[in-house]
Amino acid sequence: MSAVAEMPIAAPATRKAGNWLLVATVILLSVWVLLPIYLLIVNALSSPEEVTAFPKRFFPSFDFGSLSFFINFAGVGRALWNSVLVATLTMILSIGFGAPAGYALSRFDFPGKGTFRFLVLMTRAFPLPLLALPLAVMFIRTGLDDTAIGLALVHTTLALPFAVLITFSLFSGIPVELEEAAWTLGCTRLQAFRKVILPLALPGIAASAVFAFTISWNEVFAAAVLTIENRTLTAFLLQSLGESPLYLKFAGGAALVIPALIFIFAVRKYLFAMWGIANR
Amino acid sequence: MAEIAIKQVAKRFGGFTALHSIDLTIADQEFMVLLGASGCGKTTLLRIVAGLETPSQGEVWIGGRRVDHLPPRDRGIAMVFQNYAVFPHLTVFENIAFGLRMKKLAQQEVERRVTRTAELMHIEQLLKRYSGQLSGGQRQRVAVARALAMEPDVILMDEPLSNLDALLRLEMRAELKGVLAASETTTIYVTHDQVEAMSLADRIAVMHQGHIVQAASPVEVYRNPAARFVGSFIGNPPMNFIPATKTANGSWTVAGLTLPGPKSDKHKIEFAIRPEDVDAGDEGLHATVRVIEPLGPHTLVTCDVEGGLFRAILESNAAIAVGDHLRLAPKADRIRWFDPETTNAL
Repeated sequence: MSAVAEMPIAAPATRKAGNWLLVATVILLSVWVLLPIYLLIVNALSSPEEVTAFPKRFFPSFDFGSLSFFINFAGVGRALWNSVLVATLTMILSIGFGAPAGYALSRFDFPGKGTFRFLVLMTRAFPLPLLALPLAVMFIRTGLDDTAIGLALVHTTLALPFAVLITFSLFSGIPVELEEAAWTLGCTRLQAFRKVILPLALPGIAASAVFAFTISWNEVFAAAVLTIENRTLTAFLLQSLGESPLYLKFAGGAALVIPALIFIFAVRKYLFAMWGIANR
Repeated sequence: MAEIAIKQVAKRFGGFTALHSIDLTIADQEFMVLLGASGCGKTTLLRIVAGLETPSQGEVWIGGRRVDHLPPRDRGIAMVFQNYAVFPHLTVFENIAFGLRMKKLAQQEVERRVTRTAELMHIEQLLKRYSGQLSGGQRQRVAVARALAMEPDVILMDEPLSNLDALLRLEMRAELKGVLAASETTTIYVTHDQVEAMSLADRIAVMHQGHIVQAASPVEVYRNPAARFVGSFIGNPPMNFIPATKTANGSWTVAGLTLPGPKSDKHKIEFAIRPEDVDAGDEGLHATVRVIEPLGPHTLVTCDVEGGLFRAILESNAAIAVGDHLRLAPKADRIRWFDPETTNAL
C-alpha cells in the first residue's frame, strides 16, 4: 500500500485499475489451484449417485458412500499400507543421509563444496522415465524389484536433494559459536550436536522429513514401473481406476491429495526457507 | 596455577599467513590483552589457545601441559564469545549449569555454583528466563557467568564488550575487571579498543599483520612504543612522527631544531613525540597552525611541521589563531626515535 501511496503520478483511476488487475489475477490463480481440489472433495463426499448427477450441489452431502466403498475396495488397504511403508522408509533414508550432508555443507569447507551443492540439485534434472528402464532391469537382477525398500531407495533419490538443501539452510541458521561454546564447556562434537544443535534444528528436520514423506507419497511413475504385487496407493489407483466408476476415482484422488496437502501446509515455513526466502 | 606459553605458533589459511611464529608467555593470573586492528590475527591466536583452530606449527602450553593437540574441553579453559553464544533453548540457569552438568557435578554443587556466579554477575533474578527475553547486556552477563561457573584455569574473551552500547560497555568494563581479578584465573582478552585494553590489562600484546609487535604493561606500551606502529596505533590522537637528519654523531636536526639523539650510522631517522608532550614557547619545532579544536580541559591544535601533520595538545587558555606560527618545545625525556626502515625504536 505504501508503495502505491508514494507514487503521486499514478492517477486514481490507474491505481484502481491496477488494484482490479491484482485482485483478478489472485482470484484466477486461486481458482486454478483450488477448483480441482474443491471438486475432488465435493465429489468424494457425495453419494455415488450424486457424483454423476447434474446440477452439482455447492456443499457436499457428506455421504460417505463413495469413501467407504473405496476403503473396502479390494487391494486399497494393502496399497495404502505399502504407500505408508515406502514413504516412511524414504523419510528415514532421506533424513539419515540428507541431514549429515546438510550439516557438512553448512559447517565444513572442503574442496568441491560448490560443485557438490550443484550436483545435488542436478540429480533432479534427470527425467525419471529415462532412468526407469535401466533401474527396473538392475532391480530385477539384484532382487530389489517389487519390494518396499527398493522403491524407497528410488524415492530417496528424489527426496534427498530437498532434504540436503532444507537441512543445509537450517544448520546454517544456527550460529557456529553456539557449537563452539558447547565444546569449550566440555562437549565432544557429537555431544554438542545432540545437546545444542539438534534441539534447535529439530522442528526443521521434522519438516524436512514430512516433505520427504510427501514426495514419496505422491510419486507415481517409479512406483508403477518398479512394483507389481506390492503396489503403492498411487500406482494402485493408476492401474485400477481406469476401469473404475467415477465416484471411486474421486474418492481415491481425495485420499491421495488431502494428506499431502495437510503435510505441505504444516511445513510451508521451512520450504520457503529452503529457497532462501526469510521465514515470515 | 596456569601459565600459558605460546611457542612459535603460526597459522596459514591457504596462501595467507594469519600468524607468523608467535612467542608469548602469560603468567599465572595475569590479565593479558591482545590488541590490534581487525585482521591482525588476534582472534585467530585466541582461538588457537582455545582449541577452536589448529595451529599450522608451534606449541601451546597451559599450566605446564602441552595442549595444542587436545580438544577445547580438555584444556581447562572457558570462553566468552563476541555474540555471547547463550543457548537459546535453555534457561539462564541451565546455560550457566551447562558446563557443570557436562562435568557431572552433583545437583547440589551445580546449584551452589550457578547461584554464586549469578549473584556475582547480578543476574540472579533472570535465572528462569530464556535468551530471547534478555537484553544484550544481560546476555553478556550470562555468558560471563557461564564461563566463571566452570572455575577454569584460563578465561578467554573475544571482544566481549564490542556489541554493547557505549555506556553499558563502560559499566561492564569496570565490573569485569573486578570479577576477573577476584576469580584468580589467567585471562586472555581480545579487543580492538585501545581504551579497553589500557584500562583492563596487566600487559598488552599489540598485534599487527600476524606479529606481536610489543608485549608490555599499558604504560610502557604508551610511553615506550617498541615500533612505529605501536606509537601510531595507541593514543588518541596518535604519536607525531617527523623526519630527522643527522648533523653530527648523536645529534639530529628536527624541523629547525637540533636535538641530542641516538648514535646511528643512518643518515635519516624519525623523531617521535606524543601530542601532550610539547609546550608552546619561544624555542622548539617550527609549526604553522591549521586547525584548532577546543576540547575543554585542553585544546587540540593541528599544525604543519616540515610539510607533515603534527597534533599538539596545549593549554586551553593559549591564545592561538589559525595561521599563527608556533614554536613547540618537546619534553626531552618523552622524545622517542625510530628507524624508518625497520620501524623499530632506537
